[in-house]
Amino acid sequence: MADVTASPPLALPAPRRSAFARHLKAMLREPRVAIGGGFILLLLLVAIFAPFLAPKDPLEQDLMLGTLPPAGYAGAEPGYWLGTDDLGRDVLSRVLYGTRVALTVAFVAAGLAGLIGTALGLIAGWDGGRAGRGISPPPGISVGLPPGPPSVPLGALPGSRLPSRTAPPASIGWTRFCRVVRAETQAQASMDYVVAARTIGFSRLHILLREILPNVAPALIALVSLEMGIAVIVEAILSFVGLSVSSDTPTWGGMIAQGRQIVYQGWWVLVVPLTVLFATVLAFNQLGDGLRRALDPVMRR
Amino acid sequence: MIAFSILKRLAMAAITLFGVAVIVFVLLRVVPGDPIAMMISPGASPESIAALRAQYGLDASLPMQFLVWLKAVATGDFGTSISLRRDVLGLLAERLPATLELAFAALVLAILLGGAVAVAGTLLRRTPGEPVLDTINGLFLAVPDFVWALALVLLLGVAFPVFPLSGRIDPVHQVDFATPFYLLESLLRLRFSTAADIAAHMVMPVLALGLPLAAIIARVLKGALMEAMVQDYILLARLKGMSSLRLVLQEALRNAIGPTIALTGVQFTFLIGGTVIVERIFAYPGIGNMAIDAVINRDLPLIQGLVLAFGALFILINLLVDMLVVAFNPRLRHG
Repeated sequence: MADVTASPPLALPAPRRSAFARHLKAMLREPRVAIGGGFILLLLLVAIFAPFLAPKDPLEQDLMLGTLPPAGYAGAEPGYWLGTDDLGRDVLSRVLYGTRVALTVAFVAAGLAGLIGTALGLIAGWDGGRAGRGISPPPGISVGLPPGPPSVPLGALPGSRLPSRTAPPASIGWTRFCRVVRAETQAQASMDYVVAARTIGFSRLHILLREILPNVAPALIALVSLEMGIAVIVEAILSFVGLSVSSDTPTWGGMIAQGRQIVYQGWWVLVVPLTVLFATVLAFNQLGDGLRRALDPVMRR
Repeated sequence: MIAFSILKRLAMAAITLFGVAVIVFVLLRVVPGDPIAMMISPGASPESIAALRAQYGLDASLPMQFLVWLKAVATGDFGTSISLRRDVLGLLAERLPATLELAFAALVLAILLGGAVAVAGTLLRRTPGEPVLDTINGLFLAVPDFVWALALVLLLGVAFPVFPLSGRIDPVHQVDFATPFYLLESLLRLRFSTAADIAAHMVMPVLALGLPLAAIIARVLKGALMEAMVQDYILLARLKGMSSLRLVLQEALRNAIGPTIALTGVQFTFLIGGTVIVERIFAYPGIGNMAIDAVINRDLPLIQGLVLAFGALFILINLLVDMLVVAFNPRLRHG
């Protein structure tokens, strides 16, 4: 008897750490996580160190050097590796700086959407009755609402400063979290460990945060990554139509819009930001898919 | 019984639409951005600004404005667009058919292509071809319509300039159309050169809208077909000597199609949402393109009209899909 009561507190820290290490190992063994996550990490470094990496000032205009082709093509100028746009701005520098808006929106919008959606989803899933019915209609409606049109009117909402630009993607993204977390919570709430926790007399808050949330977390982490990919696209679309940050901040969507205008004179102005945008969205998707596979014990088998 | 459930759903839909209208109405008037400031040249006197505000009814209180608008809508008057200075209902009637032609062409493409890929994948199961097809389809699943549209601009508009890059019809063909359904009308009136020109303008936007949906249909339908293929009745049909293709098309498809129809319905509303940005990229004169301009210009009556139009469209599609699902599932028909 003495052994049984004495051993758990001693043994507890060890399995926890090893569980985390096991998760980390499983995640990195998944090639999607390594490749997708590696690319995102690279982008993050580019965003932070953009001023040191960019060869030119992304805003500096020189009409004498307008629409220069990338290095290797006839008429290219040395120093402008990926050419210039019609105003003579360096495409490479603008794409590098563009990662700042893209990643800020991705992280903040997905974070906000995740926080709000998870909180409401936990409450709605736990208490299928009163609170649940009050919260569930909006996400329910959003099933029939596509992400495009709602975000266009929402694009008109706040000002043109970067923090407020995270509102359009977040204001729709939370419904996706709410839906998934609510369903997961409902499934977990009837399980024995939750019943046991109730019997012991844990508070609702404790059960939700300490018992149920860790079991919902794998699905949640994958969703955050997928949501970041969606946020990057939504931001690009809003910049493309001119409903995002003011035009003197380089954004991929803004560059793409400019490239579409002068597509016959300078295809590279469109190709470069479009390629980077697509690679980023793909990386977030692969990372999310890989995380889901690595963290979900059912899929892992 | 079915009539009652449809009526109930219509009532729910009307309530939803009303709620959406209220939210949009309040939101648009609370946020910064003045439609009058957008349409008037700078330096206008306060008196003329006030006169314009009064003309568009923007000087009344918020609930009053909403009641006035609601009463007008109930009688079929959607107001006048501030930026285009035209009747909103007339604008919608002119632009909506262009979007509908685009969206339905994309839907047909997606169903045919997605269905073909799903059937091909089922026939190729347990051969080296299956993972290849799955991988390509997986890649297609990751490309959003926005990226497709721009990639097509570069590929079929610039690198190999096969199709026109913008617009709906070449001005040469812009003849006396009796309806706003240009493609349908020119086909029915046997004007094939006009129809070919309109179709050429539609190729790239239709591909951009249809390809992502085709990939989704292919994956879901293939999953359902694979499940159906291991059922006993398939084994029986196989023992009777039915060919693999007939097995898939005649036996498995009928039982596998239900979930795909439901999903295609939801995804079709997403596709219509995608027309907003795809029409913009190809300067196609539909309601999506108009919606972006309306938002940029803070054209309140037009935005409200467009929101109602999009909302009514979504509700109609959802209703249609529910009826199709019931029609294809005998178990639900008598439920």
